[in-house]
Amino acid sequence: MTALRIATGVPGTRILGIGSAQPENVVTNDDLSKIMDTNDEWIRERVGIVERRFAGEKDTVVSMAVEAGSKAIAAAGLTPADLDTVIVANCTTIAPIPNAAAQVADLIGIKAAGGFDLNAACAGFCYALGVASDLVRSGSSKRALVIGSEKLSDIVDPTDRSTAIIFADAAGAAVVGPSDEPGIGPVAWGTAGDLVDMIGMTEERNIYQEGQSVFRWATTKIAPIAMQALDLAGLKPSDIDVLIPHQANLRIVEAIAKKLRKEGAREDMVVADDIVTSGNTSSASVPMAMDHMRAAGRIHSGDVALLIGFGAGLSYAGQVVVCP
Amino acid sequence: MAEKPTDEEILAGLAEIVEEVAGVEADEVTAEKSFVDDLDIDSLSMVEIAVQAEDRFEVKIPDAELANLKTVGDAVTYVSKNA
Ligand SMILES: CC(C)(COP(=O)(O)OP(=O)(O)OC[C@H]1O[C@@H](n2cnc3c(N)ncnc32)[C@H](O)[C@@H]1OP(=O)(O)O)[C@@H](O)C(=O)NCCC(=O)NCCS
Repeated sequence: MTALRIATGVPGTRILGIGSAQPENVVTNDDLSKIMDTNDEWIRERVGIVERRFAGEKDTVVSMAVEAGSKAIAAAGLTPADLDTVIVANCTTIAPIPNAAAQVADLIGIKAAGGFDLNAACAGFCYALGVASDLVRSGSSKRALVIGSEKLSDIVDPTDRSTAIIFADAAGAAVVGPSDEPGIGPVAWGTAGDLVDMIGMTEERNIYQEGQSVFRWATTKIAPIAMQALDLAGLKPSDIDVLIPHQANLRIVEAIAKKLRKEGAREDMVVADDIVTSGNTSSASVPMAMDHMRAAGRIHSGDVALLIGFGAGLSYAGQVVVCP
Repeated sequence: MAEKPTDEEILAGLAEIVEEVAGVEADEVTAEKSFVDDLDIDSLSMVEIAVQAEDRFEVKIPDAELANLKTVGDAVTYVSKNA
């Protein structure tokens, strides 16, 4: 038998551009306290959120993904014709078919794109980034659009104060392409299947979570995964310029940063706090935080960022990237 | 820990942990104090205190147990019984 030919790979990959999208409708803690027994002070102290955005009638996982994805392509200085793959990480589309990726590819105008959805809940973007990077590196894709887009307001009971105060809607996107110098490190990913019931959905299709158990897991088990991602990339904690954990709860973000600083991360390491004004947007939170920090001038091209997503499954994924 | 700690040792250890997690002066952490009402420690800080106490005293403090540990003394008794 003749040996099969395989694709020719490239030495490395990097993020070429990022973008994000949020619905217009801003919802404050005081707005929420009118419909449930909660208050601004409690929410700020317990989760760190001041306001978040909820999708309107027209906003969908697909529409927000299209907006974020288009911005990322423009930021990369590319056009849709330069891409051939679309991955939409999400866990909130109501209809599994047609998948979001095919619709997004069509609406953006990426012809005959390889397209699929990927569900790893709040870790979805970092999973998808790992997959996209390997597709490009192996030569299977020339450039890939990776999006995290979520309309959590569709799967949250709007009167349940244990979830409605936390979750929100948004999309974030990145274009991944070839690079001589590696700009995306190997992914450290996994699942903690013994904790599978900690976050899930009720029969009414509403999200539920064991808040304290998830908090315990996230504040103890995620920093070591972040260390693993650093190690895979051959870096030390002191090399991190920017830490972008999934924006689950500001206190979880701060606990992860504190642990990494104990391991040698710098005091001047910039730590994402986008949850304060965006809420917890599941797979959208990491790329959106990166985009917002870039727009605010808090991170710069060439900065070394450590990304780490975690959520239902319980699933986690993290990697080091060089900021575009 | 090789030998079972005394209640005084447990209290001193808990006080250090509470100081580190919640910024409450260790001297303030006495047996009769309520975590929530006197020391102003919320349920998420309690989780962090439990995690550190588990490491330090080699005990398991499940989340379900946390709600029963109302005072510092309750926590000392729990650790002493289960360590
Ligand atoms: C969800 C979460 C904020 C709840 O906080 P908690 O401290 O565990 O909340 P509890 O249900 O134990 O309630 C603690 C107290 O606050 C009160 N409370 C709960 N929710 C409240 C709300 N929304 N507003 C005001 N008060 C509230 C409770 O009545 C209780 O008061 P009591 O002790 O006087 O009875 C917290 O557990 C959390 O953020 N966990 C991590 C979850 C996460 O990040 N998930 C996403 C993963 S992708």
